[in-house]
Amino acid sequence: MVPQDLRYTKEHEWIRVEGDLATVGITDYAAEQLGDIVFVELPEIGRKVDQFAPVGVIESVKAVSDLFAPVSGEVVETNAELGTRPELLNSEPFGAGWIVRIHLSDSGQLGKLLGPAAYEELTQEA
Amino acid sequence: MAQTHEAPLATPLAGRHEALGARIVEFGGWLMPLQYSGILEEHRAVRSGAGLFDLSHMGELFLEGPEAAAALGYALTTDPASLKVGRAQYSMICFPDGGILDDLIVYRLADERFMVVANASNAGAVSDALAARLAGFSVVLDDRSLATALVAIQGPRALGILAPLTNVAPDGLHYYGIAEGQVAGVAALVARTGYTGEDGFEIFVDVTSAGRVWDVLMETGESAGLMPVGLGARDTLRLEAGMPLYGNELGPDTTPFEAGLGRVVHLEKAGDFVGKEALEKAATDGPRKQLVGLIVRGRGIARHGYEVFAGDGRVGVVTSGTLSPTLGEPIAMAYVTPSEAGPGTILAVRIRDQQVAAEVVPLPFYRRPT
Repeated sequence: MVPQDLRYTKEHEWIRVEGDLATVGITDYAAEQLGDIVFVELPEIGRKVDQFAPVGVIESVKAVSDLFAPVSGEVVETNAELGTRPELLNSEPFGAGWIVRIHLSDSGQLGKLLGPAAYEELTQEA
Repeated sequence: MAQTHEAPLATPLAGRHEALGARIVEFGGWLMPLQYSGILEEHRAVRSGAGLFDLSHMGELFLEGPEAAAALGYALTTDPASLKVGRAQYSMICFPDGGILDDLIVYRLADERFMVVANASNAGAVSDALAARLAGFSVVLDDRSLATALVAIQGPRALGILAPLTNVAPDGLHYYGIAEGQVAGVAALVARTGYTGEDGFEIFVDVTSAGRVWDVLMETGESAGLMPVGLGARDTLRLEAGMPLYGNELGPDTTPFEAGLGRVVHLEKAGDFVGKEALEKAATDGPRKQLVGLIVRGRGIARHGYEVFAGDGRVGVVTSGTLSPTLGEPIAMAYVTPSEAGPGTILAVRIRDQQVAAEVVPLPFYRRPT
């Protein structure tokens, strides 16, 4: 089930854009592949990130995985709830399990992201 | 490793794992279930109830003959001749230079009959090494790895689930004991051994009987919360219990002393054994490195291969690490310079680009309530 109102990366992040604010998380597909998520390393507020550069780290019991920024911009908020409840990435990846909010600097970059249909196709190929 | 070039093997229970929706991975030349419902849930099931494992990838080597005990005494670091019938011992097979070829459990099934259980990835190498070392002894080696399935039931409720299904009286079985009998109506060897830190049993059956034993245990255990458990939770369970894993804590560059397992090197036993001279020297010289437990006191998880520091100096490397599901803290095992191995020593693990504090603690991290 891929939400239709979001855009996606090939690395399985999702992004919801409201004005120039982008909320970022990982997809349910990514969460399931990682297994039980036990730790999320969040970026500092104010950090400038480039599109597709690492912006955080997600650790499951088994593995370590980078979180990549779907767009360039400045980190304006992170989900503090994940400090004590990293499992939200497994249980509500598209909702309470959001990870970071980025003030995006170039909305033209959104064109490099995948739409819901293209993303769904990607997960079915895998 | 020769096996990497060959197609991976499937256990007789592969169809069950698929039907249960397990995620399958290749491990030691076999296709094995990594997880079913999830590593944390499976881990907790074993700590509080019971878990069922397919361990059919392990190697089972049978030795029989008047000199079986003497031959194993020459091939291994322990003294299997000292074992009573129906008892087992943890053992090692070492290279002539004292490095570890594999860790093993040796079961004495009869005066002149033993079963040696080896890790899947080493089963071929152990079989070859045993065959070479047994030359000249009156003993026959029978590698029954592919004909033998192994199903383990582990956890505080394991005994209660198994007892009505077998005639071996599992409650009377000693820890590290083994008995021959029936489970679910099929011939089985039932051992009170495991790799989880819990009470539990390992059930060796013919591959043709594995499906029946698995199904009957699953059905009987359902009301007691028995869950199928994959290799993912097997790893977190053994790590909490401070048990080493070949390829992580054990390998050809490590002696049993360095792994904290000097108790399995019986230097005083009668006769020569492979690796004796090197291990005597290692015992005298003292270890070059020492296996320790670490609890990470900062944020992050120390993982296999991460470097360990004391101040600016690199003093070791992490061999295994995870977030302990039971303790809720990041735990790890690491090899460090012996001078830094004392409990309470504060070291640092390099986690990505950060030095994160970690405290040396005694192993194991978890001991089951008694």
